[in-house]
Amino acid sequence: MKIRPVVNGRPRELEVEAHALLLDVLRDGLDLKGAKRSCDTQVCGACTVLVDGLAVSACTYLAVEADGRAVLTIEGLADGETLHPLQRAFVEAGAVQCGFCTSGMLLTARAMLAENARPSRGEVLHYLRGSLCRCTGYRKIVDAVLAAAENGPAAGNGQ
Amino acid sequence: MSARPLRVVGRPVPRVDALEKVTGRARYVTDLTMPGMVHAKVLRSPYAHARVTRVDVTRARAVPGVVAALAGADVTWCDPYYGPAYRDRPVLALDVARYEGEPVAAVAAVDEATAEAALELIDVDYEPLTAVMTLEQALAPGAPLVHAGQPPAGHFADLSTLRPKPSTNVCHQFHFARGDAAAALAGADVVVEDAYRFPPVQHVALEAHAVLAAWDESGALTLWASTQNPYSVRVELAKMFDVPLARIRVVVPHLGGGFGSKTYAKLEPLAAILARAAGRPVRLAASIPEAFQTVRRCASRVAVRVGFRRDGSLVAVECDASYDVGAYADIGPRVVQKGTYTATGPYRVPHVTLDSRAVYTNTTPGGAFRGFGVPQLAWALESLFDVAAARLDRDPVDLRRQNFLAHGEEFAPGDTPIDGKLEESLGRAAEAIGWTQARAADRGRGVAAMLKASVAPSVSEAIVRLHADGSVTVLASAVEMGQGARTVLAQIAAEVLCVPLDHVTVVQPDTAVTPYDQTTSSSRSTAMTGRAVQVAAEDVREQLLAAAAQSLGLAVRELELADGAVVAPSRRLTYAETLALKFGMSGGELIGRGVIAPGRTAAPLGGSTPFWEMAVGAAEVSVDEETGAVRVERYVSVADVGRAINPLTLEGQDEGGVVQGLGHTLLEEMLYADGHLLNGTLLVYRVPRADDSPAELECRFVENADGSGPFGSKGAGEGSLIPVSPAVANALARLTGVRLRELPLTPERVWRALRSRSPQGPDAR
Repeated sequence: MKIRPVVNGRPRELEVEAHALLLDVLRDGLDLKGAKRSCDTQVCGACTVLVDGLAVSACTYLAVEADGRAVLTIEGLADGETLHPLQRAFVEAGAVQCGFCTSGMLLTARAMLAENARPSRGEVLHYLRGSLCRCTGYRKIVDAVLAAAENGPAAGNGQ
Repeated sequence: MSARPLRVVGRPVPRVDALEKVTGRARYVTDLTMPGMVHAKVLRSPYAHARVTRVDVTRARAVPGVVAALAGADVTWCDPYYGPAYRDRPVLALDVARYEGEPVAAVAAVDEATAEAALELIDVDYEPLTAVMTLEQALAPGAPLVHAGQPPAGHFADLSTLRPKPSTNVCHQFHFARGDAAAALAGADVVVEDAYRFPPVQHVALEAHAVLAAWDESGALTLWASTQNPYSVRVELAKMFDVPLARIRVVVPHLGGGFGSKTYAKLEPLAAILARAAGRPVRLAASIPEAFQTVRRCASRVAVRVGFRRDGSLVAVECDASYDVGAYADIGPRVVQKGTYTATGPYRVPHVTLDSRAVYTNTTPGGAFRGFGVPQLAWALESLFDVAAARLDRDPVDLRRQNFLAHGEEFAPGDTPIDGKLEESLGRAAEAIGWTQARAADRGRGVAAMLKASVAPSVSEAIVRLHADGSVTVLASAVEMGQGARTVLAQIAAEVLCVPLDHVTVVQPDTAVTPYDQTTSSSRSTAMTGRAVQVAAEDVREQLLAAAAQSLGLAVRELELADGAVVAPSRRLTYAETLALKFGMSGGELIGRGVIAPGRTAAPLGGSTPFWEMAVGAAEVSVDEETGAVRVERYVSVADVGRAINPLTLEGQDEGGVVQGLGHTLLEEMLYADGHLLNGTLLVYRVPRADDSPAELECRFVENADGSGPFGSKGAGEGSLIPVSPAVANALARLTGVRLRELPLTPERVWRALRSRSPQGPDAR
């Protein structure tokens, strides 16, 4: 099937199988390896990308559903060489360890800040329930998200 | 070292790989591809224990797109057995499958879907055998045997004396004694004793095990592997394939977490054998459920008796520990002996008898997991310490402080004297948790301490290269798995050579390029690999000073390094200028070498620990009396680290350790029933989420620069995890009057205990 998503701001025309998963199309078809495969069951959040601004698990999301929609992956979060405020905050707060959850965490946080520009700590904890991290214990991730939110409305924007 | 203030070491600089990770550019094994690469899938035993009477891969082989399909019997060109302690594990089951999930056959095909579909066409006949699923079943007289016998691997000095118990499921026994514990316990004023159970848990590194294996036209093998020990994988494969070490190259990209799960060979032998059969590069990437079928923490039952005098001094410890190492020994024997060796914790104990055993069962192989056998024992000892405090009518903090080993005191004859001051950690933890302050009626507080040895003897080597422009390359084989090894090694080299951090590049481990390092585990990378990097950088510094001295006609003692230059009172040569003068052109480089190899000693385990890892945890908990749900509201960890080379990454590592510890304390347990693992997926195996972490979590350090590592550092990163379970259980006991002896502290267990609690309090007799 032919689909026409806009991936990281760039219109694409892709030939995909009806059962193809968005994660495989991004990773293998477009060589966008930032979204990670882990639990395969929509539990861990490592494969999270944004479709029309909403966080989805690309491991269980059919590629055809992205037809005509805007897909944002981690590769599209920075503005050229200028990091997104969330990326900067993750670097500075020490919110990154092995990095396998990082892409999903950043995009989930971006979706949250677009909805709620000044979340409380409790709201961040709740929103990140679908994003597992086995390295950090989460504290520095939450600190980073709150720090990025402090920086103002830019944190919710990405493209 | 000169006494000048440190510029880079000790600073909370962002990690050197942060940028590639926040932009999604960091590459992990499954992000790599090669021309002609095919994909492997594994057919696994549905039985915990079964005779495998027939495996027929003919139909699978005939599927278009399948390039290789193998059963165990097809692996005839090499030794099919591997394992770091015993070579007890065939790459694919031969005759017998010993646990549910054991690889029985494997397929490589042009894509994953084809490989997966071909698995369905493999015909296997099984004759189910009686399985031993628990320690009790495996240790029962006349129990079915998981193995008939196993040859020792002979890779490691500290495992040169494996002691199996013939005709039983015990594959290794450890014994340590000092004084006369039985007599001392008989004469003790207070004796506390009980048995504590620790569950089998999985690491849940978000990246499951993955390998890309390729043989080249010359018959050499290269693997890109998610391994914590490329050099252990190399020696294992060289033995299996009977080829020189130099013909096997193991490259390690970023790891998506390790925590011990990626120590020693896991899927690498199977991937290499498939690649050989396929004649093409093979990617073998496990799923998370397959990781549950690859390795887990060794479950345990630990019975401890502890004797005190009326004045609170500890006189004797008797410990009997059984560890369930699953169907294959992996590194289980070392987990057992190293864990048991420090069963007495950080305390002065004149009379000690320790006995433990590694027990085969028909479950997922047990291996290394952060803490390496110590969490199981600390869970027992530190719980009993609070029981004893109640019996002696003593404050638990105070009773611990009274019995701590002092700085410089002997732990065991021949081993390294104690190199930290745990009383400082305890004091800071107690203060931070508000130990002596009034607590809310619905909150309870508890503490626990830990002590752990690092693997010994071990070897780390490093090479540091100073290039013509003054930039630096560090060659070392510490694996970056999230803990921050690359950053710390870069800081150490930058510090010694007086260059900015961004002038230093740390190369990813590659056994063809980066020198030998025994393992990235045991909290050893900063102290051992880091020390090798420091020595190598100092070697470069000496060469640099000598070159500049010659060019300037000055003595070396008149020179020093500062800001990328060799400086004398009146002269200054940049490194680039120094090298250009030395080589007569803008080329050439200085190469420094560092070797840390302390060798064998008379210490009980055959080598002296390079440092003692020591930490204290303090928890404040609440409990919902109606549901039994325990919540850790506040947690403080204080680790004695000598010096934090990078306080930011170390703090992050310890925070992660605490929350990982909360996993096995409150949530995690691999549950088996009728020979089957019930919860080997993340849908049903619950690891801590963001909202499970304590509302307040503080990780602090005691820094007295008293370690043997670079700049007085010691190993760290496991210490924060180990005290979590007993600290939380002690807090729960002090709050509610119930004492639990089995982890995790699930709502059901806590609720049942609350319902049957004794009015005298938990620790009364």
